[in-house]
This record gives sequence, C-alpha cells and structure tokens, in this order.
Amino acid sequence: MIGFAWGSAAALALAWPSTADWWIMATGAVTAASCAVLGAFLVLRRMSMMGDAISHSVLPGLAAAFLLTRSYSIGPLLAGALVAGLLTALLTQTLHRYVRLPADASMGVVFTSLFALGVVLITQVKGVHFDRQCVFEGAIELAPLYTISIAGIEAPRALVVAGVVLAINAAVLLLLWKEMKLSAFDPALSTTMGFPAGLMHYVLMSLVALTAVASFEAVGSILVVAMLIVPAATAHLLADRLGAMVLLSAGLGAASSVLGFALASHFDTNIAGMMAVAAGGLYGLAALFSPRYGVVSAVIRNARLALRVIRDDLLGVMYRLEELAVDRRLTSRDAVQAVGGSPLARWGLAGLIRRRQVLRRGETLELSPEGRAAAQQLVRAHRLWENYLVQYLGLPLDHVHEPAHRVEHFLDPELQASLERKLPDATHDPHGRDIPS
Amino acid sequence: MTPAFEIHDMTVAYHRRPVLWDIDLQVPEGKLVGIIGPNGAGKTTLIKAALGLTPLASGKVEIYGKPYAQQRKMVGYVPQRESVDWDFPVSVHDVVMMGTYGRLGWIRRPGRTQRLLAERCLEQVGMLPFAKRQIRQLSGGQQQRVFLARALAEQARIYFLDEPFAGVDAATETAIVELLQTLRGQGCTVFVVHHDLETVRHYFDYVILLNMRLVACGPVHSTFTPENLQKTYGGRLTILDAAAEAMRQGEPGP
Amino acid sequence: MIALSLAAKVMLGAGLLGAVAGVVGAFAVLRGRSLAGDMLAHAALPGVVLAFMLTGSRNLATLSAGALATGLAAIGLMTLAVRWTRTKEDAAIGTALSTFFGLGVVLLSRVTRSEAGGNSAGLNSFLFGEPGNMLTSDLVLLAVVGGAALVIVVLLFKEFRLVSFDPDFAASQGWPATGIDLTMMALVAAITIVGLPMVGVVLMAAMIILPAITARLWTHRLQTLLMLAAALGAVAGAVGARVGHGIPAGPAIVLTAAGLFLISLLAAPEQGLVVRAIHELRLRRRVAQDHLLRSLFELTESQLAETYEPVTQFKLLRADRHWSASRLRRLLDRNQLQGLLTVAGDSVRLTPVGVRAAAEAARRHRLWELYMMRFAGAASDHVDRSADDVEHMLPASVLLELEAELSTAPGQRASLPPVPPSPHPTEEPAP
Repeated sequence: MIGFAWGSAAALALAWPSTADWWIMATGAVTAASCAVLGAFLVLRRMSMMGDAISHSVLPGLAAAFLLTRSYSIGPLLAGALVAGLLTALLTQTLHRYVRLPADASMGVVFTSLFALGVVLITQVKGVHFDRQCVFEGAIELAPLYTISIAGIEAPRALVVAGVVLAINAAVLLLLWKEMKLSAFDPALSTTMGFPAGLMHYVLMSLVALTAVASFEAVGSILVVAMLIVPAATAHLLADRLGAMVLLSAGLGAASSVLGFALASHFDTNIAGMMAVAAGGLYGLAALFSPRYGVVSAVIRNARLALRVIRDDLLGVMYRLEELAVDRRLTSRDAVQAVGGSPLARWGLAGLIRRRQVLRRGETLELSPEGRAAAQQLVRAHRLWENYLVQYLGLPLDHVHEPAHRVEHFLDPELQASLERKLPDATHDPHGRDIPS
Repeated sequence: MTPAFEIHDMTVAYHRRPVLWDIDLQVPEGKLVGIIGPNGAGKTTLIKAALGLTPLASGKVEIYGKPYAQQRKMVGYVPQRESVDWDFPVSVHDVVMMGTYGRLGWIRRPGRTQRLLAERCLEQVGMLPFAKRQIRQLSGGQQQRVFLARALAEQARIYFLDEPFAGVDAATETAIVELLQTLRGQGCTVFVVHHDLETVRHYFDYVILLNMRLVACGPVHSTFTPENLQKTYGGRLTILDAAAEAMRQGEPGP
Repeated sequence: MIALSLAAKVMLGAGLLGAVAGVVGAFAVLRGRSLAGDMLAHAALPGVVLAFMLTGSRNLATLSAGALATGLAAIGLMTLAVRWTRTKEDAAIGTALSTFFGLGVVLLSRVTRSEAGGNSAGLNSFLFGEPGNMLTSDLVLLAVVGGAALVIVVLLFKEFRLVSFDPDFAASQGWPATGIDLTMMALVAAITIVGLPMVGVVLMAAMIILPAITARLWTHRLQTLLMLAAALGAVAGAVGARVGHGIPAGPAIVLTAAGLFLISLLAAPEQGLVVRAIHELRLRRRVAQDHLLRSLFELTESQLAETYEPVTQFKLLRADRHWSASRLRRLLDRNQLQGLLTVAGDSVRLTPVGVRAAAEAARRHRLWELYMMRFAGAASDHVDRSADDVEHMLPASVLLELEAELSTAPGQRASLPPVPPSPHPTEEPAP
C-alpha cells in the first residue's frame, strides 16, 4: 500500500497534474470532507449503516423529483432526496419501535426497497439515458467538464455544490456543537436538559441526506458511503477529543481523495473506487499502528509487559537462591531455564545485564547491588501479598504462592504502602521466610 | 410549603403494560432519599418518568409545584454508568462541561464561567488531576465520580442518581455519600436508586419503598421497618402482574 | 439436459434463489445479522473480478469461489477490527463494505479498460444482476448450492435453532456454538454469492432480509417461519422475474418481496396493523361503553331498590364524564341499538338488561378499587383513576381471584347485580 503510494507520488511528480486533475482532486477532497464531518457523529452514535442506507435511498427521491418537475435544477432534486432520506430514517424507526422488528433488519428492509423503487423509477424515465453504473461509481472524472462561473473563475459545478454542502454542514455543526456532542454521548441527559435526542437524530439525518444527494451525482454512492464511514472510523482510532476527531475525519477524507486520485491515475483505473480503497487503506494503517488503540501498539505493549515480568522473575530467582545461602551460582543457561527457557527469557536476561542489575562473572551470573535492591523490593511485595491473602482472605498456605507471583509485578509503591499499613508487624511470610525490607 | 418533589397518581406503562401503578408521593426539600425495591420494581422507571424520559399513562410529576418541563434547570441527573459509550472521544473535563449545557440553552456556547465551574466540580469529587484523560482510562469508581461532577455542574436543586454505587470501590462510595450529604446540607433534595439494604439507615434520611406500586414513602426511622420491607420484597402481587399482562394484550374481560 | 426457455430458466432460478435466501436469511435475521448479507454482497465483487483476472474464465462456479474468498476475508477482517480495536461493529461493517467494494470497482475498471469492447459484461452482472444472461449451468450451480444449503439446514435444524435463540446456553450445553454460528454465516455467504448475478450487489441484502422478516410477522414458530420464508421468497422471485415491461428483474423481485412485506404488515393476524387498529377501536368502544354504563349505574344507584328500569338525565351524564354532547349521543345510540337503554328526549332509561350490564361494570370497577386500596396501599382518593384504566381488561380469572381475596373481609363484598323474582315457580336443579 505504502509502496504503491510512493510509486504513484513519484509518477505524479514526473507528470505534473493538469488543471483538470486539480479540479478532480479538489472536488473529491471537498466532497469527502463534507461527508466525513457528519460521519464522525454517525460512527459515534453507532449508526454508520444509516449512512449506507440513506446514500442508497435518496435515489427514488431524486427520480421522483425529476419525474415531477422534468428538470435537473438543484432545488427539487435536493427536496426529493431530503424527503427520501428522512423517510428512510422515519420508516426504519417506525418498523423498529412500533412493529418491533430488529433495528438492523428494519433498516435493511427500508433502504433496499427504496433503492429498488429508485432503480425502477429511473428506468421508466423516457428519453433519459440512465447509466446504472453511475449510481455506484459516479463520474468524478467528468467533474471538470460541467463548470459554473464564480467570481470570474470557471469551477466545476460538483466542486461548488460540495463546497456549499461542506459549508452548511460545518455551520450547523458549529452552531449546534454542544447539542450534537451531548446527544451523541448521553441521549437521556440531552433530552432531560431540553435538547431532545430524537430531534438531533433527525437534524443529523437531514444533513446526511443533503450531503448524500449533493455528492451522489459527482462521486457515486460508493464513495459517499466510504467517506461517511471510513475516515470517521479511522479518526476514532486516533483522536481522544470530539473536535479533533471531526477535524481529523475531514482531513483523512480529503487525504484519501488525493491519494486515491494519485493511485487511480497511476494504475489507470476508476477514481471513486480508488478513493474508497485509499480510505480503507488508511483505516487499516490506523487499526494497526494507532499509538493508543492500534493492534501493533497493543502487541508491543503486551510484549513489553511480558518482558518486564520475566525480568522480575529472573531477579526473584537469583535473589531466592542467594537467600538460601547455598554456594551455587546460576549460569545464563540455568537462569533462562528457570523462568521457562523461552527466547523471551533470554531477551529478558540480556536486558538485565544491559541495565547492570545482573553481572557476569565468567560462566556464572551474580546480582549487582542495584539488582539486589530491585529484587528485594519484588520479593518483599510477593511475601507481603502472601501474608495479606492468608490473613484477610483466609487462603490456605499452599494456595498463596501462585497468586502472589502474578500480583507482585503490579504492586506500585502506593499499594505496597497500604499493604504495609494493613500488616504492620509482618516480618516473615506465611512460609516462615524473611520479608526483606 | 410546596414539597420539592411530588408525584400525583402516576401510572407508567411500556407498550400499555403498566410497570408502576398509581404512585402518589411527596418529598419535602432537603432530604437524602433512597429509592429501594427488588429487581423489576420500577426504580429506574420512576426516575425516568420523573425526568420526562418515559411518557406517563396517567398522573403528573411536579418539581416545586410545577411540571418538569418548566423546571428543567432545577434538576440534575446521573444515569447508570453503562448507559454511555466510554470509548466516546471526550475528556473528563468535557464530560463535566456537559452539565452546564442545560442552563446555557440552545446555541450559546460554554465560556470561561462554565470552565471554571467544571473545574470546581471536578475538584469537589477529587478528579481535577484527571481532567485531561479520555474517559475510558478511568476506573469504575472514577467514572462514577466524573458523572457526579457533571451533575454538580448542573447546579440543580434536585438530583436523581441511578445506582451510583454499582461497581464502584468502597472509597468512592464513601466519597459519594459524603458529597450527597453536603448537597443535602445546602438544601438540595437527592434521590438515589439503591440496592444495599444494609447501608440504607446510614446513608439516607428518607426512603421510597417500591414494588410496582408504592409500598411506603417517608422518613427512614418510621418507614424503613421490617414490616414494610416484607411488603416490598415479599413477593409480587400476582394480580397486579396478571392485570398488567391483560392490559398489554388489551384483551377485554369477558 | 432438458431444454428450458430463458424465461422459464430465469423464473425457476429466481424462485429457487428466493426460497433458499428466505431460509438462510431467517437465521441471519434472528441472529441480528441482517446487514451481513449486504456486506458480503459488496465484498464479493473484488473476488469475482480477481477470479476472472486470474483464470480468464467466466464460469459462475469459478467466479463464485473468488467471491466467497473475498467475502469471507471481509468478514474475518471486520471481526478482527471489532475484537482488537475500539471500532464498533457498525463502523467495521461499513468500512469493510465500502473498501472491498471500492476495490472491486477498481479491479473491474481495470478489466474493462484492458479488454476493449466491454468484454466484461458478464462481470457487470454481478453489480446489478442480469438474470437475462443466465445459462443452464448457472441454474445447475444455483440448484446444487441451494440444495446443499437446505440439506444442511434440515440436518442441523435443532442446533441452528438453539444457537440462534441463545448462543450462550448452547455453549454451556457443550455445543460448539461458534462453529455452528459460523456455519450459519457461511450458508448466508454462499447463497448471497450465487444470488448476485440474479439481483445484484445492493438488492441481494433485500433477498436475505425481506422474506424472513415478512414470515416473522405471520408466525412465531421457527419451522413455520422457515417454510413461509421459503415460500415468500420463491413467490417474490418467480413473480418479480416475470414482470418485464422494461423493469429490470432484480428490482422487480425486491419490490415484489417488499409488496408482500407491506401486505403482511397490514394483514398479518396478530401483528398486522389492520388487526391492531381494529383491536384498538374495539377496545376504545368497550371502554367508552363501560364508562357510560358505570356512570348510569352510579347516577341511578339510589333508584335501584325500587325499579329495574332507572332513569337519569342527559345533562347529568354529560357532567359526570365531561363528554361532548355529540359523542354522548353517539354512544347512547349505539347502546340503545344493543337494547341496553332507551333514550326519550332528555331522559335516559336503562333496560333490565342494561341494569345488569351496568351493575357488572360497576362491580369490576369497585373490586379493583378495593384491591388497590387493600393490597397495593393506594389512598382512597386516588384509586378511582387507575380502576378506570384497568377494569375493562380484567380477565374473568383475575376477577374471581379478586373476589376470593376480598371476600375474606365481610361487608366489602361487592353487590351482585339485582335479580328480579322469578315470575313462575322454579324448581331446584337436580344435583
């Protein structure tokens, strides 16, 4: 994915994009951003699929508006789509609430039926060539051909429309920011405060319908769905504040468009589809590498923890051996064997030696003073916990070593202090061994 | 004197099946009130109905003598902890700020006053050091404290808390009770849905005993009696169940 | 091989697809996975095109194998995202759906552009559904996959029912619940994919959901539901495929299914809107009649010692219930027709039958009032309204129970309707 991206970036640098290319990229980016800002709220309200549903069900609205007015003017088309979009939301809710069908099934029934109706309506329009493929894929590559003039600049109509929609979405979100935030986070509280969550739901659905229909013509339903859901889902993996998530979502949407365009020109393929793929690719990257919520970072965190536990165990083993005062030193091999013998154990031992907590003496190993201090702390935590389990939980003696072994790594100084307060005169563990101080 | 909270003849039904029958009660100002009853007794429903979240089949609810819709700003609400998505991208501070929205009304944005108020409320529950954290990173007790701070930021006269002690640590439970007692000291009336019968006497000075119908409502010392508890927990009234079911199906009697 | 006309093939194929989709869709709907079909259908596209690019074959079986591969990959990735990241299920489905579909569009466009002359028409049919391109071998594939799916459903019916109702319980009983769940999913996937060339990507979801959800309106039994879903799906498929008139078959099939759903929504015996509306209307009438009779009883209660045909005034009745004059007139007319009362000018007279009915209404009301006061601790000045709502719906068994509970207190027993002395000598019935 990244390789491709660099490759096409290089190709892009060789063949500097033409004006038309810039217009296409701008149209894609603005459309994507207008979808993505709403997507953040859809994703957070767990209604992502409503974006999918509405972007399909605006079709009969468009068709009906055209059949009634016989014109392509934007007003009736918007009105038709708005009605169809709201109808989808309303019917879905009615089927769910009053007929008590499952929520997802209600949505599936409504939007597929409306979409089928839309397809039939459109094929019945005489004298209008209807390219079904266009419904899915749009014709963003044709965007620069249909221009209108604004302040002396010939800009693609689709770009202007998308810009207006983005401005409307941004304005509504800014104006109702706290209401949208509250009703998405805690609908009950929102309603009790006088901002009915249901009303906010329909405000959002109206905006989605408006955005879907405005983008539909230019970029097709597939890109609308992709841009409503994917950048927002990606942003959710990266951001911890709502404002950041919305902005990031818009940025990711725009970035996916530009990247998608570059890839599509490189591979000579469908632009809208590639933009969706690019958005998905960015999601994949975030899912893997998000610093806080990514899979790889989780794996790394777990590995680090496992490593720390094994280092602790190594220190503990060496300390207990010293304590027994037998005149035996462990070799590296013995030590690694004693904690399971895994590659991780070897790695842990190397870490200890690097930290100078364990010193090599020829073939054998020895605790350094710092290592001994750390080990003492650990063994102390272990034995205090054993005492606690025996005294407060009444566990039998042969049941306390394992749990203490699991817990010892996690007893921070604060917890250990409160343990000490609970066990003021603990000098020996339940097995009779000294508790080091 | 007008009671702080009054329910008059209230019946609440889900899909026509009544879950609360003819509740009729008054609570004076400045009480810490436990709402006690077995599972399915309608405790949460009572709160939701009082807050206008569930339509009433009959009757009315009054806050200081007026309907809830006119008194929104006097009421604070702490829903059950699991009712929200803790993965939501908001910080602790953001959540507490939400408490100030009700007083702001539509469109107006929170400003410096609200930020300071939120910080003060966080301070009160001992969560100021966590203000910038995302809310998933808190323990259960800390999450509950944040919810409480948000309720404080509502600057209400009456508070409704739905199971604030569910899944919190002992220290938080004590802290919450102390805070609620402080609120009562300031003349607030606080309603708490509560499960643990052991602590009722320590925590509350007023109780509402509920089991589909009101069993008793009054000061703890005279109302929280073994006899009333027997009525509350001693099994449901089978006829109430049968009648509720008949109403759900809408089958007229022969 | 028997030669079939194209129209017959299409009808047969669509009917078969509808039937099988109805059956496997029922399990998807019951497990709350209605949109899985949607995702699978979209995610199948790149697999179809890849299979074509790799093998150069337009054989439906080959393409379906590719579709199954990417469809399952999408499900797998989606599941991983939900399990390993904070992405919720809906967003994961949407992300997988649009990314895979985007990839499909990209690949398809490559194929179209590299093969001059739109040689990829066969692939396009996966997007929109072109039953007109159907070959006999496609029908055979559909029959084989559909038949296999049905056999699996019949064999594993008990397990499927258990897992789709309560997976945790099934697991606790030692069933491999996850495995059974995946099998159900795989059946949905297989049917979705063989159905794609018939109805296309978007509308395949409808084939999974609509017959099943329609059948659910008619029955609560799973066996009946499955058979009904199969029948509904078959009808929708066969009828939709025949419509013609320039209406593409895919949308026609879905609209037929949607029509069946709408009809069921209105006409289903228990959950249908018509039945519910009639029920509601009857209930309201009955409640109004009860109220009228009780008011009549209460207004004339003092006369009952002397007469069995007590009289009261229209305006008193109006004042008692705050009814509008016209509404009260209509109510009185209806009751007059039933012979419960007679209206003469401004006076309303109960007939002996009416007295009995009125007494019965009052009895129910008072029994409930007493019950609420005695056992539910309601105050005497508050019970009236609740009794108002409940009394009309108390089944006879509850009334008997009420009487039994209340009869322990002497003097509280509600009075039975007065019975006039028999005009002729009566005999004790033989025991």
